Amino acid sequence: MFKQAKWEEPLIYELGSGREGIRFKEINDEFKKILGEISIPKEIKRENDPNLPELSEVEVVRHYTRLSEMAYGVDSGPVPLGSCTMKYNPKISLKLSTDKRLQLIHPLQPDSTIQGLLKALFELQNWLALITGMDICTLHPAAGAQGELSGVLIIRKYHELRNNLNKDEIIVPDSAHGTNPASAAMAGFKTIEIPTDNSGNMDYEAFLSSLSYKTAGLMITNPSTLGLFEEKIIDVAKAVHEKDGLLYYDGANLNGILGKARPGDMGFDIAHLNLHKTFSAPHGGGGPGSGPVCIKNRLVKENIMLQDLLPGPVVYYDENDKMYKIRWPGKYSPGLMKSFFGNVQQLLWAYTYILSLGPQGLREAGEMAVINTNYFIKLMKDSKGYSIPYGSNRYRKHEVVLSAEPLHEETGVTAEDVSKGLLDSGFYAPTIYFPLIVKEALMTEFTESETKENIENFAKRLKEIENIARNDPNEPKKWPLNTAVGRIDMVKANHPKTITPTYRVNYLRSKGLRGPLR
Amino acid sequence: MEHKWIPNSSNEIKKSMLDYIGVKDILELYNDIPKEILINEKIWDNLGIGKKRPLDEIEVEKVIDDILNNNLIFKESKLFIGGGAWPHYVPAAVQYLAERGELLTAYTPYQPEISQGLLQILFEYQSLMADILEMDVVNASMYDMASSLGEAFLMSYRINNKKKILIPETINPFHLSVAKSYTSPHEISLVTYKVDPETGYADIEDLKSKSSDDISAIYLEYPYQYTGVVDVNAKPIGEIAHSKKALFIMGVNPTSLMIYKTPGELDADISIGEGQPLGLGLNFGGPYLGIFATKWNAEFVKQMPGRLIGMTTTIDGSSRAFAMIMQTREQHIRRSKATSNITTNSGLSAMIAAFYVSLLGKKGLKDVAEATWYRSHYASKQLSYLGFKSPLFKGEFFGDFIIDVKTNFEDLRNVMIKEGLLFGIPLSKYVTWAKDSWGLLSFTEVHSKSDIDLLLDKLKKIKGE
Repeated sequence: MFKQAKWEEPLIYELGSGREGIRFKEINDEFKKILGEISIPKEIKRENDPNLPELSEVEVVRHYTRLSEMAYGVDSGPVPLGSCTMKYNPKISLKLSTDKRLQLIHPLQPDSTIQGLLKALFELQNWLALITGMDICTLHPAAGAQGELSGVLIIRKYHELRNNLNKDEIIVPDSAHGTNPASAAMAGFKTIEIPTDNSGNMDYEAFLSSLSYKTAGLMITNPSTLGLFEEKIIDVAKAVHEKDGLLYYDGANLNGILGKARPGDMGFDIAHLNLHKTFSAPHGGGGPGSGPVCIKNRLVKENIMLQDLLPGPVVYYDENDKMYKIRWPGKYSPGLMKSFFGNVQQLLWAYTYILSLGPQGLREAGEMAVINTNYFIKLMKDSKGYSIPYGSNRYRKHEVVLSAEPLHEETGVTAEDVSKGLLDSGFYAPTIYFPLIVKEALMTEFTESETKENIENFAKRLKEIENIARNDPNEPKKWPLNTAVGRIDMVKANHPKTITPTYRVNYLRSKGLRGPLR
Repeated sequence: MEHKWIPNSSNEIKKSMLDYIGVKDILELYNDIPKEILINEKIWDNLGIGKKRPLDEIEVEKVIDDILNNNLIFKESKLFIGGGAWPHYVPAAVQYLAERGELLTAYTPYQPEISQGLLQILFEYQSLMADILEMDVVNASMYDMASSLGEAFLMSYRINNKKKILIPETINPFHLSVAKSYTSPHEISLVTYKVDPETGYADIEDLKSKSSDDISAIYLEYPYQYTGVVDVNAKPIGEIAHSKKALFIMGVNPTSLMIYKTPGELDADISIGEGQPLGLGLNFGGPYLGIFATKWNAEFVKQMPGRLIGMTTTIDGSSRAFAMIMQTREQHIRRSKATSNITTNSGLSAMIAAFYVSLLGKKGLKDVAEATWYRSHYASKQLSYLGFKSPLFKGEFFGDFIIDVKTNFEDLRNVMIKEGLLFGIPLSKYVTWAKDSWGLLSFTEVHSKSDIDLLLDKLKKIKGE
């Protein structure tokens, strides 16, 4: 039985004082003798010491070890968060991406001193282009959402350069990740949402009628968040191109077609990849990620190609100088998205993954992810409590969205209750209440990393929860019981009088120095 | 193809699963993909992905070893270079904690009950930063300081709807590029205010003359990362901003705030910073850590980008608990009306910063700040004895400073690289206001006096030749 650690661990501030975790004590003495005391102009001299911990190394290590025992990652068990692609993070990649020889490379070292690294980054760029069927990639963006923002900035620039005035709309299906409309808005576009039809595709008629001279582009993830391949994608691409719009591929769900189909062959102009999803870099409790952007190198206008609009550096091989070099964005680029080259640790992680699997292994990963999904669907077919809306007779790809709506209607037990019941048996829960078009959604993605047995146990547990809900609908409301804490008071967490984003606020409020957040 | 990372990939298991699903050929599962775009196995295998075949762990390690050995690696003590990322010592305990699998392989803590440890660490990160910055609200991280800056400008625009932001002439050029990418779709204009050529401090008269009523914010980089100067005018600059009903945004180096006045004390409305110095390696540019903080003001907090972790209790009130708060600002709920598109952030980097700050603590972190001050001031003085113009700007500086070597700096740096030292940044490659003979040098606690003296000796030798 699953029982998570429960340490009642104090805050780091509450652990005592007067000790030192690391001693740099005498390092300044020699300099003091020469320069005297530090002299800082009084206008900017800090007079008080900050309220920071004073703990020994063992206290700090124990504190964070205990806290880590109250966390849950792929190393702990299945994390079937839909659209997050929580695959296993291989340990050989951890070893290599945290190598001291990488840690010590400064971002502004001359290209000539980092030929080994640049060669690897050059190869990774090419591999990602081959995998997606695109022409050129920049490894620059720090995450998927930043890749998206890069993509819509490219679209913006493309229309600007072509004097396409009035193109201010981006079309997005209603099943899209929230980042798509948010990225489009950040780049100054309006978003037009297209409904999903019963078969799970973007409603083609609605899509056609939304196209106009204002259409700047389309952002779409394929397979969709329903785990379904967009069947009319080739026609969609043609229609968008006829309006001189560009197609953006959200690569969050690439695992569903890995080694089987490529966005470049479907007609996409721009695509981002999530190396922390499809290419096994770890999610780190929410990041850092890496979101390379790849493009089809089409003509923008005379002498300007789409690659000139990339918002990040590209590595190339200079035949004359016989060395790898970095080409930084030029005058047609929207500019950089972050400082320096990219999240290189994550890039090396993905490089190691691709090396280890090769093309055959990548295909196998994609296929197994799809088999795992459809195996799970079959296991759930006889359940009355959960339905699978949209495209009822279609095979899913990397993920499936179950709806707990039947169970909810029958018993009042919600998707959230179900997810707490899953936690209690040692599974992480699926992504819940997303996509928004499915009621009581449980968006489930096992990836290729999950064992058949775990998928079976997961399905079994879902049915067990269904039975418990029917027998006593109040019981699921008490879950979870086996995690470090039970359900959390979110009203208190968000109330202006009690909201506590930092220990400092807590302290100042106790002294009467902070009122409600109004 | 069976692979050790794919546990169901043996033919036997796979077949049993396909049988249960009721398909004979796996291709049936892809029957909705148009035939003309289904990629043939042979073609895929020969595209040139990886080494065209799987490599085993020994082979992989050898390939990576070659990659890492084929670079010129300088030890920390030989890296005299900053410009937005600095060599600092990363304690072994910090590196160890960063590799805890429960944290490293977790996702965003959507299910708080099973993620309390992760949430508490992120809350502690927010709290430790709040105490360093003396700002009340810190988010759970952005990608890096540059993207924090772009988001800060957008937040300022959302708050007061004004479209002009004043930025210093000596702003970090990478940050400037990113800020432009973020703000240009909204037609926000970034207007430069001058710095005094003697001191490197903001030219207050110039700033005043540009501070019209239509400015949304004034941004101060503190220290200026490409001159090292810490501006003594920080407070008056903030006052000018507030007199125009504009926001005062400060970009900081958290380490320096152990000895310099904080954005909180200087009344900044938004403070951003680079967290890389707090235990993160250089890693050729990332991942780093974008710090983002604001005041105790509901309007500001509502307009803040990124995730926030809050402390609360369980519903039954029996124990303290942590959860993500104010999620209605975020993209998964608010979609096109969200304050930002950010979701994946720099969670692990934030946790590493928490480990680092907790371990070094009040004394250790101040030691590092003072060490940085001492070493840079010692080096600058010694370099001036060697006949260089050093420091070029006479204002207060921390860690970094510019010297004028009177010959081409890049040439000198290339000679120094051959001597095994990474000697600064040739500034004119990155900023328009610098001469070819100017270089940006950087010193931190990793440089001992003998490391610096060795650098000086080499320079002396080169100059003599």
